[in-house]
Amino acid sequence: MIWSSFLFLLCSLLAGGFAIAVVLSNNIVRMAFYLVLSLSATAGLFFLAGADFVGAMQLMIYVGGTLVLLVFGVMLTAQTPFLAMRTSSGELLTALVVGGVLLFVLAFTVTNVPAWQPTNTPAVERNTPVVTAAPIGMALEGYRVDQLDQPDAELRQGMSGYLFPFLIVSVHLLVVLVGAAYLARARQAANDDVTNFPSEVRG
Amino acid sequence: MAEPLNRLFDWILSWFGGAVPLNHPIGYVLAALVYVSLVLGLIASSSLLFIWLERKVAGRIQDRLGPTRVGGKFGWLQTLADGLKLLTKEDLVPGDADQMMFRIAPYVSFCASLAGFIAIPFAGRDFPFVAQHLNVGVFFVLAVMGLEVFGVILAGYGSASKWSLFGAMREAAQVVSYEVPLGLCVVIPVMLAGSMDLVVIGDKQQGWFTNWYLLHDPFTFLVFWVYFTCATASVNRAPFDLAEAESELVAGFHTEYSGLRWSFFFMAEYGSMLAVSLLASILFLGGWNGPIPIGDLLGLGGNDIAVLGYIGNLIGLVNVLVKAILLVIVMMWVRWTLPRLRIDQVMTTCLKYCTPIAAAMFVGAALWHVAMPDRVFLGLLQAPAANRMVTEKPLVEPELATPPAEEALIAKNETNHSQEGQP
Repeated sequence: MIWSSFLFLLCSLLAGGFAIAVVLSNNIVRMAFYLVLSLSATAGLFFLAGADFVGAMQLMIYVGGTLVLLVFGVMLTAQTPFLAMRTSSGELLTALVVGGVLLFVLAFTVTNVPAWQPTNTPAVERNTPVVTAAPIGMALEGYRVDQLDQPDAELRQGMSGYLFPFLIVSVHLLVVLVGAAYLARARQAANDDVTNFPSEVRG
Repeated sequence: MAEPLNRLFDWILSWFGGAVPLNHPIGYVLAALVYVSLVLGLIASSSLLFIWLERKVAGRIQDRLGPTRVGGKFGWLQTLADGLKLLTKEDLVPGDADQMMFRIAPYVSFCASLAGFIAIPFAGRDFPFVAQHLNVGVFFVLAVMGLEVFGVILAGYGSASKWSLFGAMREAAQVVSYEVPLGLCVVIPVMLAGSMDLVVIGDKQQGWFTNWYLLHDPFTFLVFWVYFTCATASVNRAPFDLAEAESELVAGFHTEYSGLRWSFFFMAEYGSMLAVSLLASILFLGGWNGPIPIGDLLGLGGNDIAVLGYIGNLIGLVNVLVKAILLVIVMMWVRWTLPRLRIDQVMTTCLKYCTPIAAAMFVGAALWHVAMPDRVFLGLLQAPAANRMVTEKPLVEPELATPPAEEALIAKNETNHSQEGQP
């Protein structure tokens, strides 16, 4: 499995390296570009892990959607003081502490999950397409098809799908959409005033 | 593909006394190289063809001959002459430009266009011609091709030119907004086939041309044209070519580019044109299934005998490429016929017409799919092959219980049985 290890190493190095580049860069558009590369490399990691759907989702939402919006926002609003960002030492310290704690927690968790210990069993062969979309969809409906063999009844209850978080996210999105529509509507009214009564608008 | 290659490699090496074990990395590396060179060759040769074709189509529509100077008959050397010209042009970078962004933008565009081809199949059945057989093929292709807009934005920003920036903003706005109706249109064949796997979607349309999703019901017939409009817009072709806009912007986001970097944008455009056309022919026009199931009638459809199945797949490859190239020609025809739309007209077309129509057609197709038995509309010509069960993997793979190789073998045996059971 040399090639998969090599690709994993390559993708994770790219993701990590460009993440550092985001932090070190001063130019805000370059930051966005490094972020694109970092997130794309993360999508590559997902593909490597056989999670096609999540990988494509990562490309679609984060790289294709969010970051394009981000760059749009930067280009449309960025004034000279924001175009080149300088980090103060206090911010750097805070970021280091938060990032370090997060890294510690993640590394601690990863090394302590028994199912994730390294073994000698070979990875899944990729000759046949891995079905990822259907189990995710069913899990969002509240039915974990991948956890049917869990013998412990109490654990099985806890693995009964993502219906609740899914609902919360949906409501959250709805609130965001309503807010966005409200903001856009207010702007629209002002614009109408400008077009209809150009002489009466001041300032 | 890796395993046969390893066997082949093993066989060749055994002549020299060496041996490569199965599943050795060499086989995988070779398989990857073969895939990549095939896809690259397809894009490069299609660009060669399309650049020449664009001039010929334009010439015919404008009542002139098109290129005739180079290459004697039909001016067939025109593309090579173009390429030579572009290669020898100076590689300019504006003085105030963001050097890195400016240099890297064409590659971003081209890579996004190229990567979409990884998951597009060219023939189906049990042994599909596809570089990476993804369970979520349609979604992956759309996601990757959406990244092309990033190259546009980078080019516009990096050029340090107001025209380029304006062009990039307009272009990006157009591409991003046309992804919405495009996605809606793509959902309909996905819903009819019950899978996001492009191979499955193509295989479900087996048989005569009446089985194509274009003719599945009136809604899919309409939605194909909406898809084609949105696809034309999302690859920046006229009449949606805000980038070129001679009267306002002069070449838009690639104003400052010259020589080979400019041609990368051009190749990305032609690559994307071919990609969306291939997608259209797989989703709506039956993909590798011709109007008449010649392969099935000659007995090349099944894969009982590997060589016959391979020949059947080659026919399928020709089918899908012919359909895609015809669609590309339609795009060129439209480009040289219709006038350019203004930015507000472009946005109106997308938001006021394409998106609502696609949404309504989605509801209509869903209702039709529920209410009507399969293939009522024009379902008179049914080839015997049309009833053949499409081999599909079960929803949940019991891969924990049985290793995949064994499972594939079982599935294959079952397929053979079901084929034998039918006349």
